[in-house]
Amino acid sequence: MAYANALAALADPTRRRVFEELRAGPKPVGEIARVLPVSRPAVSQHLKVLKGAGLVREEQQGTRHVYSIDPKGLGAIRRWLDQFWDEALTRFAAEVERDAKEESDES
Amino acid sequence: MTAQSITPAPVRKTVRVNANAARAFDVFANNINRWWPSSHTILKAPLKETVIEPFVKGRWYQIGEDGSQCDTGHVMAWEPPHRLLLAWQINADWQFDPNLITEVEVKFIAEGERTTRVELEHRHLERMGAKADVARASVDSPNGWGAILEAYRQVAEAGRGT
Repeated sequence: MAYANALAALADPTRRRVFEELRAGPKPVGEIARVLPVSRPAVSQHLKVLKGAGLVREEQQGTRHVYSIDPKGLGAIRRWLDQFWDEALTRFAAEVERDAKEESDES
Repeated sequence: MTAQSITPAPVRKTVRVNANAARAFDVFANNINRWWPSSHTILKAPLKETVIEPFVKGRWYQIGEDGSQCDTGHVMAWEPPHRLLLAWQINADWQFDPNLITEVEVKFIAEGERTTRVELEHRHLERMGAKADVARASVDSPNGWGAILEAYRQVAEAGRGT
């Protein structure tokens, strides 16, 4: 399930930092490793997990592998909440209607 | 840059109701028990009641038929009839987490004497990622989100219930 994968992937603080580094735009592994207190192989490993969870994309540019945020991965996190609130608010609106009706019946 | 700066877009919903803002707020906040889907609880026992205490720092919690309780979050702003800000503190493991705060802001905007636009925003969802170590297991389990949403959908489709 994409949602679960994405959340599990972001559970690791270092991995979140790696992910955040991509918010400003696509970057190669080396550039990410330079600003974080972890080794380049570690960054690669985190990127691999993020990619597996559908959170980042990898693109080959010449000899470099450039990573960027995959917006569809974040969308998965939101999906169930989006659905949940849709349905909860439908119930809420129905309850307001019922409430208003009772009021006018009484008056 | 902090660990909380990952930003999936907030969930935003709008619904119009045929009532003034005061009544809409009242139904939403003071009578949440009347519309919150009974299938949507992290209690083990069947849900008896959903409660939002009507003041800042008030608890947002649920009571099971066996008397057990669990928190959903708390009130961050209580501003009837215009605005309600709730902390949703259920993490991706389907557990109450006092260290997690995602915000649910509900605005009640008068559009006429008897029409109110209700805007809901659930934001800072990225924070759920921080405690999601076992998310996969819980989501895929029979009691995970999938099952809850499915039960929820059935209740919603069946109408308001009793």
